[in-house]
Amino acid sequence: MNSTQALSRNTILDAVRGNQPVAQPMPTIPHFHTNKPADLVATFCEFIARMAGVVVTKDVSDLDSFLRVKFPDARVICSTIPEYAGTIKPARLNHWSEASTIDVCMLRSPMGVAETGSILLSDIELQVNTIAFLAHDLVVLLDPKQIVSNIHDAYEHPYFKLRPYSVLMTGPSGSGDIGGIVVHPAQAAKTLTVLLSPTPNAGKRTG
Amino acid sequence: MSHPVDQAKNAEEFLADTVHEQRLDKLLWAMRMRRDAAARQVPEWEELRTLASEIKEHTLSHLSDYLIQFEARATANGAIVHWARDAHEHNQIVYDLLAGQGADTLVKSKSMLTEECELRPFLERRGIRVTETDLGERIQQLDNQPPGHIIGPAIHKTNKDVAVLFSQKYGSDLNNEDTAYLAGVMRENTRPDFLHAPAGMTGANFVVAETGAIVVATNEGNADLSAHTPPLHICSVGIEKIIPTTESLAVFIRLLARSATGDPITQYTSTFRGPRKGAAMHVILVDNGRSARLGMKRFWHSLKCIRCAACMNTCPVYRRSGGLSYGSTYMGPIGIIMMPTFEIRKYSKLPFASTLNGSCTNVCPVKIDIHEQIYGWREVMEENGQIQVVKKEAMRVADKVLSHPAPYQIATAALSSALEVLPHFAVYNRLNAWGKHRNVPEASRETFHEWYRNHRLKTNEEVRL
Repeated sequence: MNSTQALSRNTILDAVRGNQPVAQPMPTIPHFHTNKPADLVATFCEFIARMAGVVVTKDVSDLDSFLRVKFPDARVICSTIPEYAGTIKPARLNHWSEASTIDVCMLRSPMGVAETGSILLSDIELQVNTIAFLAHDLVVLLDPKQIVSNIHDAYEHPYFKLRPYSVLMTGPSGSGDIGGIVVHPAQAAKTLTVLLSPTPNAGKRTG
Repeated sequence: MSHPVDQAKNAEEFLADTVHEQRLDKLLWAMRMRRDAAARQVPEWEELRTLASEIKEHTLSHLSDYLIQFEARATANGAIVHWARDAHEHNQIVYDLLAGQGADTLVKSKSMLTEECELRPFLERRGIRVTETDLGERIQQLDNQPPGHIIGPAIHKTNKDVAVLFSQKYGSDLNNEDTAYLAGVMRENTRPDFLHAPAGMTGANFVVAETGAIVVATNEGNADLSAHTPPLHICSVGIEKIIPTTESLAVFIRLLARSATGDPITQYTSTFRGPRKGAAMHVILVDNGRSARLGMKRFWHSLKCIRCAACMNTCPVYRRSGGLSYGSTYMGPIGIIMMPTFEIRKYSKLPFASTLNGSCTNVCPVKIDIHEQIYGWREVMEENGQIQVVKKEAMRVADKVLSHPAPYQIATAALSSALEVLPHFAVYNRLNAWGKHRNVPEASRETFHEWYRNHRLKTNEEVRL
């Protein structure tokens, strides 16, 4: 830190110390489990649909057929999941901006959140963080057993304290900035499809 | 010396255009109604508001410790932390970081702090091309206007306005006013900037001391694109944005989007703890008057603000005036109580752009006593010898902004449906012409100070006004 920065730092901290109000206690934060939804999966599905995400609840055993029907024009499919090979792996991208060439990105989320319909992703699943934003369409597998009740439970996930990057993603990119009507997409992924899919045994592959 | 911003006069211009005025009013009231519906769905809503307020008050009363903790954790995570005393210092740090990388373009997501610091003109004067990547913010940039609302910068514009603007700037179809088409035009024109910019910038909704993380909420994904795609991520954050822990973050995330738009959460709620491999992440902690405000016994609570804009959406004066009429970075009720701390004379008239109906306080997710602070600022203006201005301005706002039948009906509806506990002391008194103008019951003979002494200090000696 250079001398100007040190001066600024000390000036700010001194001013803050001199002006801080009388110390107030930190409250205890409950998780409000008494208000837990009765059916976590149904609540998750309701809220992600409200945020324009698509949920497929029936088991999709043949991912290849599913993708061909849902995204018939997709050529570049980036997969980070063992269940599906795809046409490209994130490690093959030379620059993070090259993720814009991806048509469909296949991922698995380690956690869903019922009260908001969110899924969790981090740099572990993404490997190249831009694939979730520059790819046109996202398909995310989620084990329904990994859906937690609310945001309090969600922020207990170790990713938020350990990973450089993590995101609670809730539907595709959208904006209500023109006319107050929310449209999709805005700047990032055009669609988000969540497949409720139990975590497979290691080594099982299709596609 | 700056002339005082004349909100009432500016509002008159907006009101003269009934298309924009009525549309904005309707849009914002719909947002307010969605906020109410979302709050009703959360049984513990009021408990969350109390928690949020208490967490903020705890943090602000231990702010120096939390700033130091954040600095240590963020540094350990690989980020580089800078300190800026004022707007100029902040802007210079950003410029030096860009110049150090040889960067001549910058993609940035929406940040009210960078608006407050007037960063964009600062960089543009030095040859840096800045692209705002939030749709509303970009519209305002292209139209050479500041944001009119803190979460919907171009909310006052019609589809036709945007179609005309985009046709001029991007060559799109002048006659196509479809929202999805216009959003597509933006996407098509912004994506190349994301892919090629050498540097990206974001603000922060929250900063977590415990983990050294910055948390950014967007619906468009533009903050994630701005932070991840270029090799340099600069994050500007006001020092009041710090919260202690990830556990406490949950409280604010549950409140933020529901208060803002009625959605349960934003599309992307992202946590950045450090740079990716091969990239750099810089966090600039900005004071710019915040530490001074922390010492204002009557007004430090405004530092609890999480920028949801619920107070703006519910305010009858804001809804009828448009955000640009305030002539300030922050507008609406929260702007009224923040802006005089930056420049008291310039914003001396803003505290009169309010009916003091208390609706803003009732919807505030962190329980800022907004209408009481507005009243407090009126008293400050009076104490500063501007009593003539006080009387005149109070009448002007009432006459110009709220004199039409429609707004009166809407305001009345707001009072009957949304305000269970009316702050009568505030509505009906000598510093609130709105109450007088409407020929409501006689103003109380009890002054505000008398009321306060009689009613509030009995139960809570710690309350600061």
